[in-house]
Amino acid sequence: METFMIIISGVLYSIGTYLMLSKTLLRIILGTALLSHATHLMLLAVSGLKKGAVPLIAATGTKYTDPLPQALMLTSIVITFALTAFILVLAYRTYLVSGTDDINKLKGSDHE
Amino acid sequence: MNNLVIMPIVIPLVSGMLMIFIRERILWQRWISLISVAASAACAGWLIRLNQTQGVQTLHVGGWKAPFGITLVADMLASLLVFTALIVSFACLLYMFGSIGREHERFFLYPLVQILVCGVNGSFLTGDIFNLFVFFEVMLIASYVLLGLGGKRRQLKETLQYVLINMTSSTLFVTALAFLYSAAGTLNMAHLAERMAEAGQSGPMTVISILLLIVFSVKAALLLFFWLPGSYSAPPAAIAAMFAALLTKVGVYAVLRVFTLIFPHQPQITHTALIWMGAATMILGAFGVVAYKSIRPILAYNVIISVGFMLFGVGVASQAALTGTVYYLVHDMIAKALIFILGGAMISIAGTDRLQDIKGLIHYRPLLGWLFFVAGLALAGIPPLSGFVGKVLILEGGIREEQMAVAVIGLVSSLFVLYSMMKIFVQGFWGETFLSEGEQHDTGKSALLPGVMLTALTVGMGLGAEWVLSMADLAVEPMLDRDVYIRAVLRTE
Repeated sequence: METFMIIISGVLYSIGTYLMLSKTLLRIILGTALLSHATHLMLLAVSGLKKGAVPLIAATGTKYTDPLPQALMLTSIVITFALTAFILVLAYRTYLVSGTDDINKLKGSDHE
Repeated sequence: MNNLVIMPIVIPLVSGMLMIFIRERILWQRWISLISVAASAACAGWLIRLNQTQGVQTLHVGGWKAPFGITLVADMLASLLVFTALIVSFACLLYMFGSIGREHERFFLYPLVQILVCGVNGSFLTGDIFNLFVFFEVMLIASYVLLGLGGKRRQLKETLQYVLINMTSSTLFVTALAFLYSAAGTLNMAHLAERMAEAGQSGPMTVISILLLIVFSVKAALLLFFWLPGSYSAPPAAIAAMFAALLTKVGVYAVLRVFTLIFPHQPQITHTALIWMGAATMILGAFGVVAYKSIRPILAYNVIISVGFMLFGVGVASQAALTGTVYYLVHDMIAKALIFILGGAMISIAGTDRLQDIKGLIHYRPLLGWLFFVAGLALAGIPPLSGFVGKVLILEGGIREEQMAVAVIGLVSSLFVLYSMMKIFVQGFWGETFLSEGEQHDTGKSALLPGVMLTALTVGMGLGAEWVLSMADLAVEPMLDRDVYIRAVLRTE
């Protein structure tokens, strides 16, 4: 199962990187979102998926699953979620002010 | 266990949240901001005192013992940096009051500043590397909004670039932490340091450390600084001053902490990389200060040069170099805030930041001119000002460890700093003034009080170097003998 997750995460990484290299703002933002999803999947997979019982004292079994990677992932998901929402608004605002979503056209010509 | 440790994080956070509810009462917000920063600074000052008398202070949040819970660690390095960051924020707030305008103030400027301060203090104080990531994000999201606040075309463009670069590097940060956790099984920095010392720093660990180095390089503008000149030129001067003083320094702190505590065992790879990245940063920064003829880009490239210089000190990693780095870090926070505030005042008086259009400001505001002169000398490291002591120690360390070439690059880069500062001073302040009475866009008075305050600090730090160095020595102690840090976190009570 871990191997499968790692492969999925690798696919997501490559799609994310590909999207980030394009010129349209929306695609770049989707790229960063995919990159973070890939990271979260990998974070869960490299620490081992389900190694034992629920991590509660007195639950059955002597081996417990490590709850920490899930806590880390949750924290990271919340942060990326907020950031993605923010950058979508920012990109929309930039589109309204400058009239383009092409990152190349955004570049030069900023003589105030 | 000492609850005081969390105060510099909680006070700004709570007052920031409070101020969101009193959006229209700007006078109240100003007072709350000042009081909150001053109170946190008092706590940080007390922490410094406690460090001198009782050693490293820790707090296991929620009563969960390390390494199971998150530990906050106020060693001398963290306390000193938190204290300086708060003093600098105080000065920047004073400058904001007179310079930034009603529109910014009405749109949650002061709450955002408090959240930024909270994130910066948290990054310095945390003893858990994932928590460091979280506080980085707290700091960064406040800076995204501060950068974009105002919504001019240029600001939006720079914010977009800044956010995308930082999102990517944060993703890399989480990736590195995932690898680190799966390889070492812990994220508590003291615990990591202990395990790394026991099991040795294997090949994969070094790869992880390089990944972390790349992440911190983006945040600290070490070599990967291409986002910095644009995004530090876009926001109003008071905000740029806070960014220049605090944001990159948090990155430098992260490198300093991680590569002295967790990954010091393969210096021939990681520390050599640090030294040469520092050298390249100084050279490229020097090109930048020569190439530009406007105030803001020149100041931004000065930030880059000093980052390169400090990371050279971290890379050398001898006692003298580390003490110098800590001292220089404190100096640089103060001096960068000062120079950005004064530069901002020049721009606001003249109404432009192109040097050829600014002339003879000394007739109009002599004190501003002389403050700028002193600040420029402090940045270049002329004795008896504060930059000198740090530079001497870092260079001494570098030469003792036989890094002659990079030490020479460091010295030459200081010359370029001096050249660029004098370029601004001579062009901007000397000569006949273009401005007749009443033509200036702004009085520039708002910069005088924080300017005098910070100048007094750089002069005081230079003259009282002995006293500051005794604190820097205490800050370096856990870096040379990691057991001090590990014991304080893992073996108390």
